[in-house]
Amino acid sequence: MSEFLYLYRGADRGGSPEQLQQRMQKWTAWMKDLAAKGHMKDQGHPLERTGKLVKGKQKTVTDGPFAEAKDLVGGYTLIEARDLEQAVELSKGCPIFDAESAALEVRPIMNM
Amino acid sequence: MEPSDHLFRREAGRIVATLTRIFGVHNLALAEDVTQEAFCRALEVWSFRGMPENPSAWLMATAKNRALDVLRHERTAHAFAPELGRLLESESTLAPMMEELFAVNAIKDDQLRMMFSCCHPRLAEEAQVALILHILCGFSVDEVASAFVNTHAATQKRIARAKNVLAKSKRLFEVVSAVEFSARLPVVHRALYLLFNEGYHGASPETAVRLELCREAMRLTSLLLEHPLGTTPTTHALAALLSLDASRLPARVDSSGDLHSLFDQDRSQWDRELVIEGLKFLELSATGSELTEYHVEAGIAALHAQAPNTQETDWESIVSLYDTLMTLHPSPIVALNRAIAIAQKDGSERGLEAIHSIKNRESLATYPFYSAALGELELRRGKPETAREHFRAAVALARSPMERRFLTRRVNACEQDEIQ
Repeated sequence: MSEFLYLYRGADRGGSPEQLQQRMQKWTAWMKDLAAKGHMKDQGHPLERTGKLVKGKQKTVTDGPFAEAKDLVGGYTLIEARDLEQAVELSKGCPIFDAESAALEVRPIMNM
Repeated sequence: MEPSDHLFRREAGRIVATLTRIFGVHNLALAEDVTQEAFCRALEVWSFRGMPENPSAWLMATAKNRALDVLRHERTAHAFAPELGRLLESESTLAPMMEELFAVNAIKDDQLRMMFSCCHPRLAEEAQVALILHILCGFSVDEVASAFVNTHAATQKRIARAKNVLAKSKRLFEVVSAVEFSARLPVVHRALYLLFNEGYHGASPETAVRLELCREAMRLTSLLLEHPLGTTPTTHALAALLSLDASRLPARVDSSGDLHSLFDQDRSQWDRELVIEGLKFLELSATGSELTEYHVEAGIAALHAQAPNTQETDWESIVSLYDTLMTLHPSPIVALNRAIAIAQKDGSERGLEAIHSIKNRESLATYPFYSAALGELELRRGKPETAREHFRAAVALARSPMERRFLTRRVNACEQDEIQ
């Protein structure tokens, strides 16, 4: 088994209270399912949408992270899968894809 | 932990009401934004961590913290609730004031303030009900539109206009002055009654949506009963009516989504607890000198609730209650229901006569259950062919697939009668 990082980008924040509740229930169900099948290494955290960007030799500090809303990383999860192909397959069940412009980045953790 | 049904929706109403009290009614849009922000946080955190032990408290605390940020950082840009102004401006009074504002009883009062504010005299009844659903029950514009079987654009316009009236009303309705409270109370009763009826008789094809409207009307009515000025005999009468009518809901629409009239409902499915509660409310309503349409309608519902079947129903008392209702709140629909009761008491011929003498009968022309009532009585007096024509007319007027199936079954019943 190898480890992979899921980066959630541009999750949908709109909708009525009822829709948000349904979306939340889908997410918890998906996370539970990953754990039940033995793929969950660390369910990770959601991230605040604000922060600072420290950049360059000058270490200039600016308000960040500057990405457009649809590219903004909203959280991460560490999973275990046989290979990249399986990690990608597993990601397809993520409710983030209910939003048209949302994306999930799958990155293999480098073996040491 | 699994969230209870419609937790977000219900909490949204409480949070918006409280934030509007703090920010001032002119900042309703800001209160809505902060509420949405709190729910987005809940969505994000709970998706990863699961629901907390007390999700309502978590949401309310998140909204409170966000409100504190707004108050601290945007004091200069916004003028907040004028009556709280100074207390919110000073850092030393801000935190204790916020604790007070977010206390359980304060939040209940906020919901009442909002309920009364939504029943603004400058708004039409439909707009009041739409606004209550949108703000206090957390229905989005689309959800309100689908509950009322209206277009998004029309509902959007109605709600935007209503919010504008609300935002320009300077301050929320205050629930301390007995005089003002009593003057607005009948309007609130009426809005809650209409909200319930939309769920009970409404055209939405979704049974779950209609049930939710009934539940929301009952929840808001019980909120009214908790307030010392709200717990009047008339509020009890309204609560009695809603409970007694709601007790029949499980039999009114069966598990396959089919509608059953009072005459062919499986009465063992009636919710006995709601009947008992309704009768208790009815007893509490029988004080004071005021007799309202809610008292009378609840009286009729109580007679149905206590009857083992339609044959053993006290139709004489029901007809006489409809007579009273016709003097209090005459309408063609009330007259139609009275005629149906007369038919039960004195036979179909008398019932048909009563229908034919309804004033403004034309206004019932598009109401499917008017034609259905004619059909029912014609069928009973042995005229299945005439009955079938009436039921066919009713089918053409049906407002939902559920009504259409119900009325089509009646057409088929006429055809079977003809063969025999």
